[in-house]
Amino acid sequence: MHELGVTESIAGIVLRHARMNGAKRVLKVNIKLGELTGIVDHYVAFYWDMVTKDTVAEGAELNFIKVPTMARCARCEEDFHIQEYDLTCPRCGEIASDIVSGREFLVESIEIE
Amino acid sequence: MDIEVLEGVFDANEKIARENEELFRSRGVLAVNLMASPGAGKTSLVIRTLELLRGKLRIGVIEGDIASSVDAEKVKSQGVPVVQINTGGVCHLDAAMIRQALDHLDLAALDLVIIENVGNLVCPAEFKLGEGLRAMILSVPEGHDKPLKYPLMFSDSQVLVVNKTDLLGMGDFDMDELRSTVLRMNPRVAIFEVSCRTGEGLQDWADWLEERARENLKGVDEGST
Ligand SMILES: Nc1nc2c(ncn2[C@@H]2O[C@H](COP(=O)(O)OP(=O)(O)O)[C@@H](O)[C@H]2O)c(=O)[nH]1
Ligand SMILES: [Mg+2]
Ligand SMILES: [Zn+2]
Repeated sequence: MHELGVTESIAGIVLRHARMNGAKRVLKVNIKLGELTGIVDHYVAFYWDMVTKDTVAEGAELNFIKVPTMARCARCEEDFHIQEYDLTCPRCGEIASDIVSGREFLVESIEIE
Repeated sequence: MDIEVLEGVFDANEKIARENEELFRSRGVLAVNLMASPGAGKTSLVIRTLELLRGKLRIGVIEGDIASSVDAEKVKSQGVPVVQINTGGVCHLDAAMIRQALDHLDLAALDLVIIENVGNLVCPAEFKLGEGLRAMILSVPEGHDKPLKYPLMFSDSQVLVVNKTDLLGMGDFDMDELRSTVLRMNPRVAIFEVSCRTGEGLQDWADWLEERARENLKGVDEGST
């Protein structure tokens, strides 16, 4: 729902790094996106063209690297992929795990020329 | 050429959120970010809580709304300091909006600030405000299957208030199912079943919140000696 604002933030980050590195053009943006965030990648892609029009990032490809929601059991230290948001440890049955990934949302790198 | 960036999309918000958090902490104020769908009963819960904690804690309210100031007017009639934020169409509050609102609240004269977020189960969960407590409401008519559809808010909240329990039995809301789903996602969450209409269950919630605010104050006193 707030994908427009989010896309503007991504563009801000990308354009700042492009400028710092004297980019003539941004070819690709690699974005890490956790499964647990509510961000819908194709909405971001939809706004991207609009937000980057007439900038060095216009036409850059957005590459979303999805990060699965993982948890670590507080009792037996098993790492597991959370399905259906169930934190029950598949090994020992304890429900005391901490989510260790899945909240990521970052611009990891950009490809420029 | 590949350039490493490693910048979080929410970093700018999170930086301001940390500053807000520090501001609340240094004044001994517990800030509560209250999130829920439109109509779940956020304003009703704020008003009930003000009634129950009157004379016990000094409370201020920040009302987030997309456009109107109806809720702020209702809360103001309770005689507490209220700051209204109109997000101008934005679907959530962010840390910068709270920062601006804080210019209009005398934190030194408060123990608790309740922030009514914009009615929405998705977006507010992504934007930290600098709160000490993340709270959410689910109301009975919304159904017990909401946690799996909107997992982030249910995973990150420290307290879940299930409101409109006076309507239990009218639909197919299954409280046991809700509790077990939420506790599987978020084993440490505190859950209160209340009705802002009848008042049922509200005293337990208010007592719990009062205790959190007192712990917070104690933390500040100990920190400063
Ligand atoms: N039946 C019932 N209705 C309630 C309860 N709490 C609030 N409401 C009603 O739900 C509607 C929305 O409440 P409000 O507090 O404005 O929700 P908000 O949009 O989340 O701030 C109002 O008509 C309230 O009177 C409750 O416990 N039971
Ligand atoms: Mg309201
Ligand atoms: Zn285990």
